[in-house]
Amino acid sequence: MGYRLHVNGQVHTVEVPGEMPLLWVLRESLGLVGTKFGCGQALCGACTVHVDGVAQRSCSVPVSTIGDAKITTIEHIGETPIGARLQQAWLEIDVMQCGYCQAGQVMNAASLLAATPKPTREEIRDAMAGNICRCACYNRIETAIRMAAGIDPAGEAHDGGKSHAT
Amino acid sequence: MRPDRRTFLKASLLAGGGLALEAFVGAPARAAAASNAASGGQAAAASAVLTAFVSIAPDGRVTIVAKNPEIGQGVKTSLPMIIADELDCDWDAVRIVQADADLARYGVQVAGGSTSTPNNWLPLRQTGAAARAMLLQAAAQHWSVPVAELSTAKSRIMHATSGRSCGYGDVANAAAQLAPPAPGSVPLKKPEEFTIIGRPVAGFDGPRVLRGEPLFGIDTRLPGMLYAAYEVAPAHGGRLVQADIAAAKAAPGVRHVVPIKGDGNADTGLADGVAIVATHWWLANQARRKLVAEWDVSAAKGHSTERYRARAQAALDAGGGQELRREGDPDAALAAAAKRVAARYDYPFLAHGTLEPQNCTALFKDGRIEIWAPSQTPARGRELVQKMLGLPALDAVTVHVTRAGGGFGRRLLNDYMLQAAAIAHALPGTPIQLIWSREDDIRRDYYRPAGWHGFEAALDAKGRLTAFTDHFVTFGEGTRVTRAGDLTLTMPPADLIPNVRFSQTAMPTVLTTGWLRAPGSNALCFASQSFLDEVALAAGKDLPALMLELVGEARVIAPPGGRGAPFDTVRARSVIEKVLQASHWAAQAPARVAGAPARAKGFAFYFCHQGYFAEVVEASVAGTEVTVHKVWVAGDVGRHIVNPFGAENQVRGAIIDGLAQALMGQSIEVVDGAVQQSNFHDFRLARMPITPEIEIAWVRSDHPPTGLGEPALPPVIPALTNAIFAATGRRIRSLPVRLG
Repeated sequence: MGYRLHVNGQVHTVEVPGEMPLLWVLRESLGLVGTKFGCGQALCGACTVHVDGVAQRSCSVPVSTIGDAKITTIEHIGETPIGARLQQAWLEIDVMQCGYCQAGQVMNAASLLAATPKPTREEIRDAMAGNICRCACYNRIETAIRMAAGIDPAGEAHDGGKSHAT
Repeated sequence: MRPDRRTFLKASLLAGGGLALEAFVGAPARAAAASNAASGGQAAAASAVLTAFVSIAPDGRVTIVAKNPEIGQGVKTSLPMIIADELDCDWDAVRIVQADADLARYGVQVAGGSTSTPNNWLPLRQTGAAARAMLLQAAAQHWSVPVAELSTAKSRIMHATSGRSCGYGDVANAAAQLAPPAPGSVPLKKPEEFTIIGRPVAGFDGPRVLRGEPLFGIDTRLPGMLYAAYEVAPAHGGRLVQADIAAAKAAPGVRHVVPIKGDGNADTGLADGVAIVATHWWLANQARRKLVAEWDVSAAKGHSTERYRARAQAALDAGGGQELRREGDPDAALAAAAKRVAARYDYPFLAHGTLEPQNCTALFKDGRIEIWAPSQTPARGRELVQKMLGLPALDAVTVHVTRAGGGFGRRLLNDYMLQAAAIAHALPGTPIQLIWSREDDIRRDYYRPAGWHGFEAALDAKGRLTAFTDHFVTFGEGTRVTRAGDLTLTMPPADLIPNVRFSQTAMPTVLTTGWLRAPGSNALCFASQSFLDEVALAAGKDLPALMLELVGEARVIAPPGGRGAPFDTVRARSVIEKVLQASHWAAQAPARVAGAPARAKGFAFYFCHQGYFAEVVEASVAGTEVTVHKVWVAGDVGRHIVNPFGAENQVRGAIIDGLAQALMGQSIEVVDGAVQQSNFHDFRLARMPITPEIEIAWVRSDHPPTGLGEPALPPVIPALTNAIFAATGRRIRSLPVRLG
């Protein structure tokens, strides 16, 4: 079946089954490989894109549900002021190790800052909890988001990392 | 690097003009052979391999080849920094090119064992310095002035007396005509003269990653490429009996369904499976549900983690085992002890969970195969593919090394490369990209093997540790231990006390096992440093005091049999003292009293991969919630931190990785050879909310720099479990930590 998709300011027509997740349409029909496959179950956030400006896990969004919504991917996020600030902050403090999750991290962070321009540390941690960085560059991801938001990176005391050992 | 192998250089004129300088390590007589083999296409086992390549084009652009795979450890940036600094070039003019896999040309190209920095430090510096010397000589000849009157900075050569200057590119052609100097003859920079080494330099690929450009194996795109999923047996060691492929073949988008018979080698060989090849990977993966395959999984019957546990405890109850190492008379020391401490420790199988799932792209055409792979051992994969396909020469296999979305040891094995090659071989002329689902990846890993330890220690009347014994239960057949399931025979306190016994019992497993970041150490450090915390308590002191006492006077302890790295007690003492000072250890509150807040610090030390690390974790426990407030790290990896950006990232990543192993419930469970975990909901990885504040202090001892991918990880786990004990009185003797 044919679908008309608005991706990064362009209109594309693709012939794929409607249940196919957006991720695979982006990567394998449109050649936009910046959006990554990590888990296929919306558990890791590597595939995060914006659908009408809101972060979505593209591995779990069937292409048939997109309709006229505007999709933005990592290839285009630098065109937005928030995206550009995030990319700059990311490079300035050399956030990444392997880099595989970083597209998803930046897309998720851009969605956060669009909704909450000056997030607290707790708000950043809550919003980013769905994005796994296997190399664990979390300290720097958090710092880069604070830099992009214009918050003094050292401003708020760190009160430790929590987890349940059960 | 072995002392009998030395560096020598070969200079040539670049195709488009400019100086190309290649550095070989090995026997000089074989240099020409190695070089010819590379250019003339003859696969030869050369004793001299290319260890560095740098070129300077007439426009001044510097190209450096990165020969080792980039898996996030930062070598694609940090190794070229070493050449560039001695060359004294402008870092912004440097371009880095990733080398293909070529054993004859480059020797072993491996991302593993934290070896890239120590093995390459000196040859890379010598290469950069030699290239600079040749450019200087060319400029001196051109201006008819003595070389000694010239100086360099940021890719420019200056003659102060006459005020003349030129760029490196201006003399690159002339330099290419000169004979390269003997590497050892060129003076190297003094540390205070470094302009690039020791400076935080952002990763070379960073901007491309952030623009979403294709860099990773999974991003490979070839004209006419199809995508493959590979269905394997539901249990480890299973074989394909038969498959009805009709329904899968009729599924949307599916172009080919290919049953593949493996070679029966469940470890390093090709696994039986059914390849489904489609226009999109998601369609190929969906069609797996329509396969009707019969598998013989009888070999896996009874291979369950629960049964392994029972067998291990029975082995510890029975005692004995094969003796691996004995020093002095541990039995006599135990019998004479004023106090004895005994405890059992264990840890589970672990998966790697690289975020980029295993994948590989391959094209078989006209008797040759071309492969694009995110591998940590691409040259090894190349050999395996040649052998599997029965191709006449290694030259028939090309392996392009892509950036890898994490490694952690998983990609030291090339199983997915063999699968992609077998599928491509069955479909000549069609490029295929094999992608594993996350479920495939969790269920078909080379797991960090589980292990069990029965420890015993003897203390004399003065509270000194006089004997230490460890009965280790691992996996293997008889005396042959499964990959990464071996006991490190230098594990402290061995070599620090007179009476030691290490013994071992191995049981068979059908699970494939392998190296996980800081292999061996990641588990042994937890078990031994937690047990020594118990011993210290029994002796009326704390673990840092016990470790300092054991480390003792200044000396260098050679490893038994001369294999492995020597242990320098001064370096060990320095990091221990440093972390105690940084964490204000002495100010720690005395042992917890009832009603007081359950918050405390824990300590651990370890030495592995030539790096010395001491770490302190401050944690609190409320019910089942563990909060890690802060981690202090003191590390000694030599006098230089090549790239502080990358180095600190490695340490932070290792710390959080270790905390996740302990606190996120990570454990691979097996029932009749079938792995029960499948994705990140039941094999949980670290997430941002668990991240503590991490403070790193470097001890810069006067030794050449060593690697950082691994040695920071091991101590954080026992430092955490020792902190949990200090806070709550609950001794964690089994990983993962369970408080519920």
